Amino acid sequence: MKVVVTSMGEGVDSEVDPRFGRASKFVLVDTETSETTSADNSAGVDATHGAGVQAAETISRLGAECLITGHCGPKAFRALQAAGIEVYTGASGTVTEAIEQLRSGDLQRSGGPDVGGHWG
Amino acid sequence: MSTRESLSASLPVAGIQAVRAHVPELVVISGKGGTGKTSVVASFAVLAEDVVVADCDVDAADLHLVLAPEILETHSFVSGHEAVIRQGDCDASGTCHEVCRYGAVIAGEGSSAFVIDPLACEGCGVCVELCPSRAIDFPERDCGEWFLSTTRMGPLVHARLGIAAENSGKLVSIVRNEARNAAAGNGCSMILVDGPPGIGCPVIAAVTGAAGVLVVTEPTVSGAHDMDRVLELAAHFQIPAAVCVNRWDINPEGAESIEARARNHGAAIVGRIRYDAAVTRAQVEGRTVVELGGDAADDIRVVWDRVQRWMEGSTFPGEEF
Amino acid sequence: MIVAIASGKGGTGKTTVAVNLALSLSGNVQLLDCDVEAPNVHLFLEAQPEGREVVGIPVPVVDADLCNQCGECSRLCQYNAIAVLGTGVMVFPELCHGCGGCALVCPEDAISEVMRPIGVVEESRSGSVHLVQGRLYVGEALVPPLIREVRARSCEEGVVLIDAPPGTSCSMIAAVRGSDFVVLVTEPTPFGLNDLELAVETVRVLGIPCGVVINRAGAGDDRVQEYCAAEGLEILLEIPDDRRIAEAYARGLTLVDAIPGIRPLFASLAARIEAVPPITAGYPVEKSLADVHS
Repeated sequence: MKVVVTSMGEGVDSEVDPRFGRASKFVLVDTETSETTSADNSAGVDATHGAGVQAAETISRLGAECLITGHCGPKAFRALQAAGIEVYTGASGTVTEAIEQLRSGDLQRSGGPDVGGHWG
Repeated sequence: MSTRESLSASLPVAGIQAVRAHVPELVVISGKGGTGKTSVVASFAVLAEDVVVADCDVDAADLHLVLAPEILETHSFVSGHEAVIRQGDCDASGTCHEVCRYGAVIAGEGSSAFVIDPLACEGCGVCVELCPSRAIDFPERDCGEWFLSTTRMGPLVHARLGIAAENSGKLVSIVRNEARNAAAGNGCSMILVDGPPGIGCPVIAAVTGAAGVLVVTEPTVSGAHDMDRVLELAAHFQIPAAVCVNRWDINPEGAESIEARARNHGAAIVGRIRYDAAVTRAQVEGRTVVELGGDAADDIRVVWDRVQRWMEGSTFPGEEF
Repeated sequence: MIVAIASGKGGTGKTTVAVNLALSLSGNVQLLDCDVEAPNVHLFLEAQPEGREVVGIPVPVVDADLCNQCGECSRLCQYNAIAVLGTGVMVFPELCHGCGGCALVCPEDAISEVMRPIGVVEESRSGSVHLVQGRLYVGEALVPPLIREVRARSCEEGVVLIDAPPGTSCSMIAAVRGSDFVVLVTEPTPFGLNDLELAVETVRVLGIPCGVVINRAGAGDDRVQEYCAAEGLEILLEIPDDRRIAEAYARGLTLVDAIPGIRPLFASLAARIEAVPPITAGYPVEKSLADVHS
């Protein structure tokens, strides 16, 4: 499964960025092959508005099937839902730890946004 | 318990406590301009310890006039784009004029059939896309600057929004983010934010994620009307709000009624400040009110004390919330 | 003739000047309250309501049957209001600025537009003053479109006064652009002077002549007067710093009615304003987006 984690840096040892729309970077991990890539979220960071929408488009194009982050706002959530990406919030620690939290069932799947818009 | 810990424990702000260690932000707003918000923030900056001040009133910033900052860093603020016609390549089809919904394409002079008024151009890019001779450039727009400074009260992050610049709140967000970085870097216990007037995007950008909002209002019909709108906004974003009435003695009945209205919105009443000529005198001298002293200064000290206790979740005599 | 009353700083007395000036001008006056986030003019005029219209921005609606997800709409959109996600196109109406670009570039003609309400324009009348005010819905992001809608309802004849929002950003520009004259209201304090300088710079970029009203004259120092003299700016009126004025304002009273001695001050401001030559012949009049959309 292709999992994207919002991150402060490019590597799997980077801290999870709790924001989605304005996350610094995305780290994509294929849990079957363990292949890892990272991408900038310049579109989201630069966006005046709709950072969450941009970020959703970016990770959708990366092929994400699942997103792990700290928090997700309402527009981002709608966009991710439309893109068919499962959302898990409440993650912390490093990217590797976040994926481990997902694997061991410690993260709950989000049914909706957990913060208001413009949170980050 | 430290302020930070007790704050996290007592305030019901969704999600904040769950995230990384977070310096609480008190955002001071007014709805209506001119209620004395900036003067109050300047005095709070003197009374507070270990504080980073963020001037988020980026469209006509004034706080620096009494805090006398020494600017350490200046950064440009680039946001959005603007359309510019390359007159040499223009074939005067008039397509830009037809499609622009903002009246930004106006008649040019001399050999220029059309020209784009940068003050009206919204940077939507439609004319750029549809010009049949591709004669329109779309450069990024310079919308102002932000600064990292130091003052006698500690670090100050402030900005200048450019003329006619889009006021989306993006520059406000940058100032807040930089203030958070400065607070984390300096081990500060609080961020004090001088917020923008109104209820639009800049205010939204200033208040989301704040630990609390203090509305500085005045006992006038305008003040009450605008306080309502700004308290609605705070409620919409689920941010705890407190209210203080400035210059209350110019209309004591008005002050009573505005406090009742604030309570109906669920806001905490943290005090009243008397009308005092010393407020203007302090400003003229480039000092804060509490540095000058007087009635308003005494009242501001009481309000500051109550605001701190409100943020910690404790009550004070005569008020429960 | 269109006269805007503006100010770099909030709370200097724009609305006070706009209202009292409107009451002092001869003949019918139209007063446009463009401070749509916090419209306050109506608090000082007992006006009979004459009409109320919900106004909005045209936002896209995508016909999923015609859409082929080519992504041209999303590529063009500068506001992230339309995105291709999964198997369809999603619109985020609250981000849309109503530019109409997506509908124009869609190769399949799959995009039409509907109005998304952002606020109301209310008209009322108080004696010789016809008030048109815009009121933005709380939580709405975009301010200038509502201001343009208020301005689109201005009369082409007679005197039109505009109560502009404070500041010098795009909202103030939308309110002031195309006026014949701008009255800048300030106070004789460092904050007042700082913001007056910003406002003067803005009005000069707009190419509109201006004059200054000093409110609470005597309360601070002389730097504003010195600045006006150095810049060749006419001081149109000085309203004294008088606690009675503050108290009358606090109660929602008009100064020309409540304070003896104020009426002649505003009468002379009115006479000065009536002598302003119009400069805007031929300037594009604001179009209502409702007309554009149809």
